[in-house]
Amino acid sequence: MQWRNSPRAWGLVTVGFHWVMAILFLGQFALGWYMQGVKSLMDQFTLYQLHKSFGFLILGLAILRLVWALTSTKPDLPDGMEPTERALAKATHWILYALLLAVPMTGWAVVSMSPLMIPSFVFNLFVMPHLPLGISLSGEQAASSLHAFLAYVAAFLAGVHILAALRHHFHHRDGILIRMLRPGHDGRREG
Amino acid sequence: MRNLIRLAFLCLVFIGVQPALADELDKAAGTWSISSSSKIRFSVAQVGGGGIAGTFSSFSGKFRIDKDVTRSGVTFQLKAASVEAGDARITAFIRSDAVFDAERNPVISFKSTRVTRTGDNEAKIEGQLTARGITRTVAFQATFDGQSGNQIRFRVTGKMSRALFGMEIGTPIYSNSVVFDMEMKGVRG
Repeated sequence: MQWRNSPRAWGLVTVGFHWVMAILFLGQFALGWYMQGVKSLMDQFTLYQLHKSFGFLILGLAILRLVWALTSTKPDLPDGMEPTERALAKATHWILYALLLAVPMTGWAVVSMSPLMIPSFVFNLFVMPHLPLGISLSGEQAASSLHAFLAYVAAFLAGVHILAALRHHFHHRDGILIRMLRPGHDGRREG
Repeated sequence: MRNLIRLAFLCLVFIGVQPALADELDKAAGTWSISSSSKIRFSVAQVGGGGIAGTFSSFSGKFRIDKDVTRSGVTFQLKAASVEAGDARITAFIRSDAVFDAERNPVISFKSTRVTRTGDNEAKIEGQLTARGITRTVAFQATFDGQSGNQIRFRVTGKMSRALFGMEIGTPIYSNSVVFDMEMKGVRG
């Protein structure tokens, strides 16, 4: 099994990061959206704490993933891609990386500034300290709006990213999607 | 010899103190109403330090002090919705069905079943506490804090499990133990 990336293929680490974080992000987005409308305050409290725990998990993984991405080789894009298309793909990927950090960071800012002062007890394992931002209701509200806005931007870009991958697979019939599904595979299709 | 002197001294002290205590108890004997100037405070610790602290503003009750302390007793009711915990959202949360369910169970009540003297100025008060529609046996420690004119004061402390009353929401972020620290003031009648 190929762990590291090569000029032709993604390694297991990158593929693993990609899909684990894709599932975590989509689940976290759905949870964040759903929990706000929950009627029972008891259930809502529990769901918010779960959302915080997953947020810190995503932040931790995002940092590791960014370090991995910055220190790894990247396989080449398909030959036929236009320069603008390449630039757009690259920009989308880096913005998604940035959002994987920024969305949890703004969430962390929300809990850090909230006058509720609820500790972040990550998966009931350890206490994540609050960011030293000071307690402020207006600060909490501003961070909360920004958190939601960035989450929607991330979800939108993830949608664009998925559609682009499907377009490459079904329209251009290149190996972009296959490479991300099969570690070490160069994406070439038989026949 | 030295021990004998010590014993004699202790006897003198004991004889001197005993009537004084009996006097205090004589003076305190009778029925008292819990004054609205009493302070009902509680706190719940949270992981990593700090916690939630709150008070109740609406309550009433009566207690009777008997010369035979074991025959003393207390009844106490407080309005669940009168809880205040600093932040409006936390207060609303505690009033809601997540904690007190104040709409369906507006009253939290206590009725003593047994009072035992535990020291010169102290007694243990066991009784039935009803909160959120659940009744459990709990215990408080009461310390006599002085009497002046028509008023008597006690400091009453106690610690109990929230889970016993179906209020364990938030554990383990918030401790399952709720600590009461109350200044009870009684007026005659």
